[in-house]
Amino acid sequence: MGTRRISVTVDGVAYSDDVEPRTLLVHYLRERLGKTGTVVGCDTSNCGACTVHLDGRSVKSCSVLAVQVDGSDVTTIEGLAQNGELHPVQQAFHENHGLQCGYCTPGMIMQSVDLLKDNPDPSDEEIREGLEGNLCRCTGYQNIVKAVKAAAKAGSVSAGVAGGAA
Amino acid sequence: MTAVDETTGAKEFGQSRRRKEDARLITGRTKWTDNIVLPGMAHLAMVRSPVASGTIASIDVADAKTSPGVLGVWTGADLDAEQGDLPCAWAVTPDMKHPRRPAVAAGRVKFAGEIVAVIAARSAAEARDAADKVLVDYDDLPVVLDMNEAIKEGTPLVHEELGTNVNATWIFDSGEAGTGGNVDEAIAAAHADPDSLVIERTFRQQRLVPAFMEPRSTVVDPTGEQLTVWSATQVPHIARFLLAVVLGISESKVRFIAPDVGGGFGGKIHLSPEEVATVLIARKLGKPVKYTETRSESIQSAHHGRDQIQKITLAAKKDGTVTGLKVDLLADMGAYLGLVTPGVPILGAFMYNAIYKIPAYQFKCVNVFTKKVLTDAYRGAGRPEATFAIERMMDTLANELGVDPLALREKNWIKHEEFPFTSVCGLTYDSGNYEAATSRAVELFDYEGLRREQAERRARKDPIQLGIGISTFTEMCGLAPSRVLGSLNYGAGGWEYSAIRMLPTGKVEVLTGASAHGQGHETAFSQIVADQLGVPFEDVEILHGDTQITHKGLDTYGSRSLVVGGIAIVKAAEKVIEKAKPIAAHLLEANVADIEFDSGKFSVAGTDKGVTIQEVALATFAAHNYPEGIEPSIDADATFDPENFSYPHGTHLCATEIDTETGKVTIRKYVCVDDIGTVVNPLIAEGQVHGGLAQGIAQALWEEARHDESGTLTTATFVDYTLPTAADMPFFTTDMTETASTSNPLGVKGVGEAGTIASTPAVINAVVDALRPWGIDDIQMPTTAQRVWKAIQGKEFDASVGAKDTRDGSHEAAPGNGAPLWSGNESGGAQ
Repeated sequence: MGTRRISVTVDGVAYSDDVEPRTLLVHYLRERLGKTGTVVGCDTSNCGACTVHLDGRSVKSCSVLAVQVDGSDVTTIEGLAQNGELHPVQQAFHENHGLQCGYCTPGMIMQSVDLLKDNPDPSDEEIREGLEGNLCRCTGYQNIVKAVKAAAKAGSVSAGVAGGAA
Repeated sequence: MTAVDETTGAKEFGQSRRRKEDARLITGRTKWTDNIVLPGMAHLAMVRSPVASGTIASIDVADAKTSPGVLGVWTGADLDAEQGDLPCAWAVTPDMKHPRRPAVAAGRVKFAGEIVAVIAARSAAEARDAADKVLVDYDDLPVVLDMNEAIKEGTPLVHEELGTNVNATWIFDSGEAGTGGNVDEAIAAAHADPDSLVIERTFRQQRLVPAFMEPRSTVVDPTGEQLTVWSATQVPHIARFLLAVVLGISESKVRFIAPDVGGGFGGKIHLSPEEVATVLIARKLGKPVKYTETRSESIQSAHHGRDQIQKITLAAKKDGTVTGLKVDLLADMGAYLGLVTPGVPILGAFMYNAIYKIPAYQFKCVNVFTKKVLTDAYRGAGRPEATFAIERMMDTLANELGVDPLALREKNWIKHEEFPFTSVCGLTYDSGNYEAATSRAVELFDYEGLRREQAERRARKDPIQLGIGISTFTEMCGLAPSRVLGSLNYGAGGWEYSAIRMLPTGKVEVLTGASAHGQGHETAFSQIVADQLGVPFEDVEILHGDTQITHKGLDTYGSRSLVVGGIAIVKAAEKVIEKAKPIAAHLLEANVADIEFDSGKFSVAGTDKGVTIQEVALATFAAHNYPEGIEPSIDADATFDPENFSYPHGTHLCATEIDTETGKVTIRKYVCVDDIGTVVNPLIAEGQVHGGLAQGIAQALWEEARHDESGTLTTATFVDYTLPTAADMPFFTTDMTETASTSNPLGVKGVGEAGTIASTPAVINAVVDALRPWGIDDIQMPTTAQRVWKAIQGKEFDASVGAKDTRDGSHEAAPGNGAPLWSGNESGGAQ
């Protein structure tokens, strides 16, 4: 089977690799780059466990071919924390017990970050609808909603501080 | 009182500590089995039967063998001599029929999804490519899907060699057991008595898919002296034992590891065909091998849960006193028996009487084989079914009598002052306070306000009708007293093991046989140890899930980790302190008898002389200065076997809105007050309740594994098997009352299954309550919009229905009619 060369930046590191045209982004991340923080939970694009950011927007990496990300910038759960500091959404999931087994968590966090980018102050309902493409079997979602809400609050506080300082 | 007194001064017990395990899970530094890559590792793909019932006429593997990257192809026939027989640990009756269960089918297939061949290749993609090239011809055989059909004379047999489709018939009769009266007499008496009534109902527990988020995965490394198996399992210890037995290899040559495991809910309690096949192929190749199932494979071939037909007969006096309860079950085993398949309905046998004083009881279960994937444990295992049936019956009885369903329950439940109480099944409920939990739930729910609104909506025939559902439940958890399991003919005990290693730096390693997969053991157990030994929470490391670390254990299921595993830790900690005392005394130049231990410090009574447990650990490590005649070690281990189950309970109240134009059911309000005894970590406990509720609600409203007439599972993806999303779930109001268990030193009861057990009947009772004006008094789960809409078509709406009995005129206005709403009970109150 033929391959194609792609160049992609993942979590701040530039890679060039030959990939089969049929290779899914999630398999490229896990099997070629060892980015096993991103996981596979289904085979029908329903569960969202594999959600990453592609050029700043969330995608289900099982629904993107590796060849499609040529020239792009990908952020996975492993690249979310900066300089040893957890992202506010990661911190909020921890503080609010928004995870149990943790398998859906990388996708849930990446989707939540994207959701807050679009809507920095979502209502409970908007959070629930915004996370509809991510399945969790452990939490009943309540603490996930709580976590996203808390992250939104933390985000608006820090944004406010930053704005004040500027 | 035991729990509170012993933990007085405890710094960690009761704290909502944030979880230790989160750090790796929120940053992607996880160790899921599928993440493991070993040198030269081969990947497997399974060829699975698309037919539910047939003979394998031929398998052509020629193309697969020459497919790129393929290292080998094996059919069932190739593996049959060495693959053994996958075990069932629970021969529920001496004459139970037990079919052989091969890892890879040879000759015959008995459910759609059964493995018929295994491919090994250099990559997972190449293995799957090759799997598509295996050509299998099946000669179809009759399918047997329906339980009622399966037990009829002349129905084709699932396993011809067994001569029947009945796996076992298991009966408990309180009259025969001497724990209560004769139920047939109670029912006959009620039939004969004009002041009594008998209600019969049949409920259907649909098939469910556990649907853990992490698909199952196994990696086997056959190199080295021990065979190492990493697997997404709830039961590494049990699986190691079973693997040794199935393949006839020495248990000491097997190391089983459960690394990070992404949920289980009972669905990962087994030694699976896939695990055995992966071991067999790894041994053949002499190289590490990985197999990870796809989600569709998981839904098709990992065991399902529930699937019972419940015929319930309840006798009661017209004043509401229940006089007898008879349970006739059909339970679908599927095509094979898994680890505890035939025992799952029996785990419910002791819970149909629930929190009520029922004087006569009989439970009869007929386990049936069909040509579907096997069933086995799914969150609650037997107890959700029991709770559903009795709570549906209590609502039905209340409706028949025209009394408030909460008042009816209170009339029958065990009062707080009556504990300890021996149930009609012979179980001793150690503690409980149903009044307190119910009072609190009613208060949080605004029960009377919602009843008022319901009446108003009925009166004006509002297109949105309101229903209120109740579930007051208890469960037996903390599996289990070993002698009880022995008396039920289960193949193992129910103890748990722990060991504590005191490191020279003062850090503490705690080994536990309870292997976590999302529950938060590392945090909760650290809290317990921190209190017991007086060491910082951060200094405690919980080690689990590896048979080389913890050589024995009985793993995690049945809400047992805390109430059995946690107590084993307490016992080990007590031994550490006892072993440290003589060394502390020696260091302090005092008599052992004068040494007191408190908050991490050994001191001499009546003096200010003391030494910390960390100092003792270091001195013991150095071993320069310790008493003659003892070993220089304060490490200790303990095996704890509980004497009784624990009995959490609670009151769940649900209000549903039904859009009568579309049939859509929406949960307007859900309140639950659970009593799980003392609480180690309220945050974690609440999280367990939330997740449990979601699964129980999902059974009521959305989930069902369905097969077509040929036995094909038509819900084999997440497109068709509809797990609830965040948008589907309501906000839960949860609270707790605390009635300490008197059966263990911490007063804990267990929480993992409570939400699932209680919530399903609360929701269905609410749906039915909303539909009563149409004369509806039952509806099958899941209550999808379509099902609800169909149920009310062509029926007359009678706003007066629901307040009193109008069904088939069998009873006149009941004596309790018009009784006031339940208004709480002052004797309650949480301790």
